Order: sequence, then C-alpha cells, then structure tokens
Amino acid sequence: MSVDASASPPVLETRNLTKTFRGFTAVDGVDLQVQEGHIHALIGPNGAGKTTVFNLLTKFLPPTRGEILYRGKPITPLKANQIARLGLVRSFQISAVFAHMSALENVRVALQRPLGTSFHFWKSERTLSPLNARALELLEEVGLAEYADTLTVEMPYGRKRALELATTLALDPDVMLLDEPTQGMGAEDVDRIVALIKRVAKGRTVLMVEHNLSVVSRLCDRITVLARGAVLAEGDYKSVSQDPRVREAYMGSEIGDDEAPSERASA
Amino acid sequence: MSDSTTLSAPRVVAKRKRRAGQRRALLYAALLALGLVAPFLAYPVFLMKILCFALFACAFNLLLGYAGLLSFGHAAFLATGGYVTGYLLASYPGLTPELGILAGTLCATLLGALFGVLSIRRQGIYFAMVTLALAQLMFFFFIQAPFTGGEDGLHGVPRGELFGIISLRNHLSMYYVVFAIFVLGFALIQRTVHSPFGQVLKAIRENEPRAISLGYNVDAYKLVAFVLSAALAGLAGSTKTIVFQLASLTDAHWHMSGEVILMTLLGGVGTLLGPIAGAGLVVSLQHLLAQSPMGNWVSVILGAIFVVCVLSFRSGIVGELTALYRKNFK
Repeated sequence: MSVDASASPPVLETRNLTKTFRGFTAVDGVDLQVQEGHIHALIGPNGAGKTTVFNLLTKFLPPTRGEILYRGKPITPLKANQIARLGLVRSFQISAVFAHMSALENVRVALQRPLGTSFHFWKSERTLSPLNARALELLEEVGLAEYADTLTVEMPYGRKRALELATTLALDPDVMLLDEPTQGMGAEDVDRIVALIKRVAKGRTVLMVEHNLSVVSRLCDRITVLARGAVLAEGDYKSVSQDPRVREAYMGSEIGDDEAPSERASA
Repeated sequence: MSDSTTLSAPRVVAKRKRRAGQRRALLYAALLALGLVAPFLAYPVFLMKILCFALFACAFNLLLGYAGLLSFGHAAFLATGGYVTGYLLASYPGLTPELGILAGTLCATLLGALFGVLSIRRQGIYFAMVTLALAQLMFFFFIQAPFTGGEDGLHGVPRGELFGIISLRNHLSMYYVVFAIFVLGFALIQRTVHSPFGQVLKAIRENEPRAISLGYNVDAYKLVAFVLSAALAGLAGSTKTIVFQLASLTDAHWHMSGEVILMTLLGGVGTLLGPIAGAGLVVSLQHLLAQSPMGNWVSVILGAIFVVCVLSFRSGIVGELTALYRKNFK
C-alpha cells in the first residue's frame, strides 16, 4: 500500500497545517495525504482536532499556517463555497439538512446551481422541475424515494443522514469529506450507511472522521490517527490498531474499548 | 420498495399539491375581489394606509421570514422612498406621480445596496445592530438635510395626474392606484419566494453552513434579498407619501423599524399573508384607539398584545390559522 501511495500524487494534501485559537494549538503541523480512490479515516480521541482539520480543509476556518493542495494545486486562499465548487464537498457532524424543505427539494437545491438561474427571483420554481427526475434518482440511491415529498423535519434521524449523503452526491463530488456519518445512529442505520458509503465511494475519494471503529475497519483503506492536534500514526487498520502509541492515546485502553457500545450494537 | 409505492406516492402528492394550488388561487381571487370592493365598504384613506403598511411589512417579511435576516433599520428605506418622492413632486410640478414613485423606489434600492454591503456579513444580533445604526444615521441626515423640511417634514405634496391623465385627487382613483401597486409588490414577493432564488434563500435560512458547502456564495444571495426588500419598502414609502401628501420624520424613526417587526410577527412571519393581517391589525388598532379616550395608551396596548402573541401563539395570526386548518381539514 505504501508503494502505490508514493507512486501516484495525492488527491488532497496538507503541509504543516496549523490552527491556533488564542494561543491554544488545536491542529499542530499536520501533514496529511489522501490518495485517489481511497476511503481515508481520520480518528483520534475527543479533542484531537479531527473536526478542526475538516473545517480547515473545507475553509470553514482559515488556517493559521500551512498549505492545502488539491491535485497538486494550492487551494489555501479559496473560500468555502469555492472549495465546494472544485469538487470537495463536506458533510457535517450534526445532520445538515434543510428541515423545512421536502427531501426532494433538499437534493434539488444542490442540483440547481449549474442551471445558472439561482439568482433569478422572477422565474417560477417550476423551471426547476426538470431536475426532479435526477433528484428522485439520487433519493432512490439512498433508499429514500418514498420520502420525496416529506418535510425533512418529519423524517427519522437515520434517514436525515442518508438524505444528507444524497444531497452531497448531487454535486457529484470528486472528494467527499464526511464528518462522523454514523454518529448517533442505531445499529440498523449504521449498517445501512456503511453499505451506502461503500457503494457511493466507487470512483471517488473519501475522507471521513469516524468514532465507530468497527465502521472504520469495515470501510477504510487508510487511517490517520490524530492526538492533540498532531498526527500520531498512519497506516491500514491492522497496523494502526496494533501501534502502542495509538493504544496509549486512547487512554491506555485497548483500541475500541471506549467505542464498545457502538461496536456491540453494530455487531 | 415495489414499483407501485414508488410510482403512486408522487402521483398522490402531485394531486394533493394541485388541490392545494387551486385552493390558494381561490383564496387569492377572493382577496383580490375584496380589495376591489373595499373602498365602497370602508374609508379609502384608511384602507390605503393599511395597504402601504402591508406592503412595507411584506417587504420586511421577505427578509426576516425567507432569508432569516432581522433588520432593525427598515424605516430608513420607507423614509427614503417617501422623502425623495415627496421632494421631487413638490419641487417639479410637471412630474407625474408614477415617475416620483419610481425615483423614490430607486433611491431606496440604492440605499439598500449600500446598507446591505455594509451589514450582510454580520450574523444575528450584530446584523440587527448594524442596520439600526445605519438607519439612525439616516434619521439624523433627514433632520439636517435641506430638502426634507427637518422637524416639520414635507407638506402639501401634490398627488398629480397618473401618466399625466388620471387625476388622483379623488380618493377612489388614488385607492385603485395604491391597490395596483400593492398587488404588484405582493406578486413580486410571492414569485421571489417561489423561484429558484427563493429555494436557495430558504436553504440558507434553514442551514447556512450546508448551503455554503453546496457551493453557494450565501452573502450574495442575502444581499439580493436585502436589496429587494429595501426596494419594496421604498415603494411603500413613496406610495404613502403621495396618499397622505406628506413625508415626515415619523417614517425615519426607529419606532417605525420596530413597528414593522411587530406587524410581521403578529401576522405571522414566514407566511405570505401574515404581514398583511398584521399591518391591518396594527393600523386598525392605532386608528380605533386614537379616537377613543384610551388614545395615550396605544403603545402600551400594542405592546401587551405583542407580548401575549409572542408568548402564546408564536407563529402569528396567519401561522396559527394555517396550522388549525391543517389539523382539522386534512
């Protein structure tokens, strides 16, 4: 794995990425390389800076130092919405849906930007109807076709996360950045989302923050362990889970111990 | 996941949607008819006052209800429209009222663009504070500026002849002009809300970070909404000046910015018809109370109603009625 990693240039790369908040260093000189086609996990104990790295990568926070490269080109000065237009699309830790819009509208709003009419306040929304078929297709892909006309606020939690994934897919992203996609889910939903991610990750690159290590072991090609804002270890699941420093970071416990409830739930 | 469920569900929904659309069209037709016969049932000047404030509240609601932005400075746009129109019509006798309204609206639009650029990046309470501060600046400008008549305001603005033909001195013909302006303004808002732009605006209101992550430059969308809202508020101000033939500092005062919030919340924020109901209620109450011995208590009574409303029925008159209708007739 390390051989082909060095052969092809990374899709997404950070160099010395650093973020300090008033003297507190949340992310400390992170060098991250995400390879084409990989599902890459970012794990680490609470407060390790995983979500901050995510916010830096997608420019929801400006980095204090360091560089971000997408396919070899620096993208550090870009704005968050420009990053999204490049094809790096993120999801959020707390399910990010448009609650008072139907599931179909949620997906359609992601599809409509390329039409170039998104500022046209004088046009009827019926001009968006040609997108309905594609939106429905995406909903079917995540098993939500029956919810198409349901207000999102009325959908169960697990389904909202699936909807979020459908909305992300609507942009046909090159890189998907998923922030804890299975957080707060019951076992059944976790299995469904894992299967879904596996399916939609084909032909794309995925970087995900994930707490549930059973999910990580089932999905991910490569794992980066963060602790106290810095990279502690990197490798595949087997090598990382046997690394004594990683065990140390998880409070001296067996890796996965603190994830025991969700492990059991998804087993 | 059989074919029948995936196929029939959207069909049923489409049917339900069509019915809802028919009902809404019927409601609008009824309201339009009511608006057309209203001047024969009530005093036209009173009705025109309601219509002007209703348009003002609708403009405000476009911003608060559909973009989630609470502006505390909308009086500035109402007053700018009013003063510009009033000054031009009083100074240039040859000018027709529709051109005066156009000029007033245009100035309010430009001011809206300026305010918007300065304030739109701020969130929540900071946005409200910046808009309030800018509106206060405009208030003191209007006191000092030579063309506004200062504390006295502008009086005796001629109504003139629409297109140089139809005299507006008659209250009835004036009413129909105001009604037409209101309907156009309302139609524009209704279209904006149900447009591709409205969809993005709704998404931003619901979850701004997510809208950004979908590639939208949310500040630009908010700015367009802000300018539209300012333009319509200016239109309301310009029209009001012609109706009452005066423009005064009352319209520029921060009380006015507060009053439009009150109207919108009472009627139902984020509902299309709510601001109209709210404006009707507030203007009627002011009118009734001003004639009664309770005249000095107008603000207290309105305040009490507001408190009760916010505490017990948050979605306002129209919001509550809609919920009631949905619960009982569906």
